[in-house]
Amino acid sequence: MNIESLSAIDLGLAALLVVALGVVQFLMGLGLQRSLVIGTVRMTLQLLLVGLVLKALFASANLAWIGLMALVMLALAGYEVSARQKRPIKGWRGYLIGLLSMGVTAAIITLLALIVIISPQPWYTPQYAIPLLGMILGNTMTGIGLALNHLTQTAWANRSRIEARLLLGQTATQAMADLRTEALRAGLIPTLNMLAAAGLISLPGMMTGQILAGAPPMEAVRYQILIMLLITAATGFGSLLAVHLGARRLFDDRQRLRLERLGQRS
Amino acid sequence: MLFEARNVAGEPGSGVRYHPVSLQLEAGEILTIYGQSGIGKSQFLRALADLTPHTGDVLLEGISQTKIRPEHWRKQVGYVPAESGWWADVVAQHFSEPPPKAWLSSLSLPPELLDASVERLSTGERQRLALLRALVLHPKVLLLDEPTANLDQRNAQKLIELVKTYAQTEQAAVIWVSHDADERALLGNRSLEIRAETTHQAHHS
Repeated sequence: MNIESLSAIDLGLAALLVVALGVVQFLMGLGLQRSLVIGTVRMTLQLLLVGLVLKALFASANLAWIGLMALVMLALAGYEVSARQKRPIKGWRGYLIGLLSMGVTAAIITLLALIVIISPQPWYTPQYAIPLLGMILGNTMTGIGLALNHLTQTAWANRSRIEARLLLGQTATQAMADLRTEALRAGLIPTLNMLAAAGLISLPGMMTGQILAGAPPMEAVRYQILIMLLITAATGFGSLLAVHLGARRLFDDRQRLRLERLGQRS
Repeated sequence: MLFEARNVAGEPGSGVRYHPVSLQLEAGEILTIYGQSGIGKSQFLRALADLTPHTGDVLLEGISQTKIRPEHWRKQVGYVPAESGWWADVVAQHFSEPPPKAWLSSLSLPPELLDASVERLSTGERQRLALLRALVLHPKVLLLDEPTANLDQRNAQKLIELVKTYAQTEQAAVIWVSHDADERALLGNRSLEIRAETTHQAHHS
């Protein structure tokens, strides 16, 4: 069974809906038309570009190119993590902490899933590897971003509490224990919500896609369960690593709280 | 020599600018510190507690700060800042062990206060309890930043007595920041001014 093909006219019809929304907004004086146009055009171009890249990638199925693509995705996700911080850790370290925690966990979990669990032939078959990595990165990016943001913001707001604990002879690890737990919780909330809503409130995108493409529903469901488990593990371990590295960066070798290492983004 | 500071000053580039301070304290001695607001008295105490990067060296019983693990250093060199931080809900959770009843009563704090919620404490109660939670660790050196600022005269007097007794019985050294010349006189005859440009060596008034 094959998927119904979409023509440019079909997409144009859908675009008319967004144009209609723009007109209504204009008439109501909301002034959002510009963002709407830019967002829509940007989305279309990005996806078309990715389509072309994937097409070439699938045709070549070359491990080096797939690896390069994975690295580009990782670098962009790393940038997104640091761009979302209200009080980012200054300098290259801030970027590196997000990148490293995401890269290590996403790489290990994607490789594990490809080699041990799904085992396509060859294991790096891009039709599996790229979407899998994309879904894992997209979710860990959100989780790690939230966890780090929570950690640095609460540390900033709680200087006297943290220092009070240091002054009574606690180590940096002890003094940060509560804030670390809270940051990890903040990072995992979207994942927990996703798990609770799966299938009931939202039909997950990948499952929907597979069903549209003609896969038997139970097969699609099994894949979706796999993805959710991988995402949960990756987000959890990624946040753990990020919060560990982030909390360490907040202190120096004499266990002094160094909040001047945090920048500010308006 | 119990406690010694050698040319302690703020780290270059940190914006903390007081003239480098050197001082020596024997066991049981109390030194008061004064100086203009914003000159860096609290920053100096933070440096002594190794809570902030600084230049110079600080020695406890002849051993340099850098040779002692920071969490051990801060237990022995107890710093009580002007504004105390409270991280848990209940007062008692901030104490490694309950303070002796005698200390509580000498500061006119009822023992029930230990089970109270931190939110319900007055500023003066916080200040006195912050001193006690540092004292139960039996520090060899006590750094106090205007510990009587929120107390009435009677309670301020009691706190002074408690700290003097502690210094004598435990043979501890005390550095006490105070704006009040009368209070400094009550605390003994050693006083040191923190200055922006030139330091005065400890002098006898």
